[in-house]
Amino acid sequence: MNMEQTKSVPQMMEGAELILKVLEDQGVEVIFGYPGGAVLPIYDALFRNNSIRHILVRHEQAAVHAAEGYARSTGKVGVVLVTSGPGATNAVTGLTDAMMDSVPIVCLTGQVPSHLIGTDAFQEADTSGITRPCTKHNYLCKSSASLQANVEEAFHVARSGRPGPVVIDLPKDVQLLDAPFVEGGVLNANKQRYQPRIKPAAEQVKKAVKLMKKAKQPIIYGGGGLVNSGPEASEKLRELVALTGWPSTLTLMGLGALSADDPHFLGMLGMHGTYEANMAMHQCDFMLNIGARFDDRVTGRLNAFSPSSVKVHADIDPSSIGKVVQVDVGIIGDAGAVLDALLAELKKESFAPNAKALSGWWKQINEWRARDCLKFVQSGQVIKPQNAVKRLYELSRERDIYITTEVGQHQMWAAQYFGFHQPNRWMTSGGLGTMGYGLPSAVGTQIAHPEATVIDISGEASFLMNMQELSTIAQYRLPVKVFILNNEWMGMVRQWQELNHGSRYSESYSASLPDFVKLAETFGMKGLRASNIDQLDDVITAMLDSDGPVIADICIEKEENCFPMIPSGAAHNEMILSAADEASNPVSDEGKLLV
Amino acid sequence: MLDTSVSERHTLSILVDNEPGVLARVVGLFSGRGYNIESLTVSEVDEARHQSRISVVTSGTPIVIEQIKKLLARLVPVHSVQDLTIGPAHVERELALVKTMNTGNKRVEALRVADSFRARTLDSTLNSFVFEVTGNSSKVTAFIELMSSLGDVEVARTGVCGMTRGNKIDMS
Repeated sequence: MNMEQTKSVPQMMEGAELILKVLEDQGVEVIFGYPGGAVLPIYDALFRNNSIRHILVRHEQAAVHAAEGYARSTGKVGVVLVTSGPGATNAVTGLTDAMMDSVPIVCLTGQVPSHLIGTDAFQEADTSGITRPCTKHNYLCKSSASLQANVEEAFHVARSGRPGPVVIDLPKDVQLLDAPFVEGGVLNANKQRYQPRIKPAAEQVKKAVKLMKKAKQPIIYGGGGLVNSGPEASEKLRELVALTGWPSTLTLMGLGALSADDPHFLGMLGMHGTYEANMAMHQCDFMLNIGARFDDRVTGRLNAFSPSSVKVHADIDPSSIGKVVQVDVGIIGDAGAVLDALLAELKKESFAPNAKALSGWWKQINEWRARDCLKFVQSGQVIKPQNAVKRLYELSRERDIYITTEVGQHQMWAAQYFGFHQPNRWMTSGGLGTMGYGLPSAVGTQIAHPEATVIDISGEASFLMNMQELSTIAQYRLPVKVFILNNEWMGMVRQWQELNHGSRYSESYSASLPDFVKLAETFGMKGLRASNIDQLDDVITAMLDSDGPVIADICIEKEENCFPMIPSGAAHNEMILSAADEASNPVSDEGKLLV
Repeated sequence: MLDTSVSERHTLSILVDNEPGVLARVVGLFSGRGYNIESLTVSEVDEARHQSRISVVTSGTPIVIEQIKKLLARLVPVHSVQDLTIGPAHVERELALVKTMNTGNKRVEALRVADSFRARTLDSTLNSFVFEVTGNSSKVTAFIELMSSLGDVEVARTGVCGMTRGNKIDMS
């Protein structure tokens, strides 16, 4: 490790205190955690510390999701503190989630004292072994001498390049023993051994622009890298879209990078993306991918993915380029830096879009748009889930709003019907698809934005997975709103069973549900219920107007499916638009193998 | 477009910080993503900088090999990843210890074979030898096959280590 010792003489202090000092130096304001035997020295140091706020969650998985919500809504590193053994293993789902969605997290885990490691001591687990594949990097910090360097490097690794989770496993003796602390830090920013490429190579940018100039039916396909890069990247994207006039689509993780109101925005793409976005991806002759990774939810059947396009892929992670889709030009770099370089080069080359070809292309796209793939019919008294999300969006437009979700149908409806206008406003579990993500994520988001309206758009099944966090919400008087689209089914599982398994609904019903209104009341929150369409707006308004936490139980159409949909194993141009389409497009045997 | 169907064998030379878990990190990358390791050697090569070199022989389609190199390069303790197979000319060596059990003519033949492979005799009893043989993998394999036909054998192989020819040094 390149350790640049600064001139100042190390000062000796207790390891636990040193850790908090480094956290302060790294700008940490809040930690999400849960105490236990192996981290008590750090909790003791926290007791004496006046600048770092600790939020006590009710389960370690929730601590990581809360830190993810905090991180994704602020762009800062989220910090987690959990104990050894079960504390660490409970955090694993959250860490994997952060790994998949590139969320910067530093997770401090307690460990049994060094001399007991390997003896199957009480609450011992091989945390560094268990978390190695689900973190960007991890440390077992066995020496007080390297404690400061380890914690500093952990933050650098978590936030640099493609962000991700980093675990520091801290044996209890290392927390208690005196360790050397150097004011101002021991790792010089320029001498870090981890130095990911941020600025793109000029030559690759030139190649990309050359191809952009030839494009007749182009599309911009943006992803989570735009959000991770910071709000400037979204501004640059908007500039690029304005300059080119090109149709643009975003992945689930990229929503908000372009305003949902932008006429160039075709909506989200992929399995539950819009017809126009997927058709345009399929038929384009040029694709500019900025910060997305050709995820299988996006591409559909790979051998039929965008068959006739020239592809440029910009990603901060070199291993994302060429992983599943072979591209013509790969650009390694941060999304914002790449956009900056592309814009400069386009201007230098006096780029003008091919107006004639582009207007023909837009004509085609507008025909696809005219299919109105997100239309739904709200008939009768039963609330359509699409309508619930749409009304929530319309009635909350004037507010400073942050949305989190769980995983399943409600998540897709939220992505389809809630419009995002800025980055960092949308916290959802994309890569891992973690049910139970939304409520703790809302906790972290609300902690970061105490004055904002934070809504967890939830399903009743996902909500039950981490509902212990209602207690956290109550303790800190967080005005989180939980908007449950309650269909009494694990809706997406039920939908797949309908499509792929002959409507045999094996174990996908939500039995023995609590009364969500009473549940809210036991935690001192407001509980609301909308059982029919006439109550929907009133419940939403009452929820939004409440200055405290609310659970809104929205009883929706039980067997509504999420459309449009690319069935598994199908291509972008083989979308099912409605239930009527479903029967005529049975899922192939190959498709049934996929998830 | 790269040919996606043909599996190739590549020798990678990876310079890493010699810190706890680094080997598990590299090996876990292969096992976790379903890649092959045909052989693996690792040892510290720079005591002052605490750096080790890991030599891996792996096989996969060109896309998989590219992916392996990129995934290795993004690990925090990895300083460099060289693909010796596609790089400039390189040398590769492997060492094997082969214990062979035989008497009479077969014992004489074993010694003769060992001599023609420039194997050294490290140990001997009246009915056994331990030979040390070095060379590229195919030579080592040929030697082991010949010895197997002359009696029971026990084999320990180091796996391949290699480096580029010429006057460039890969140490960071």
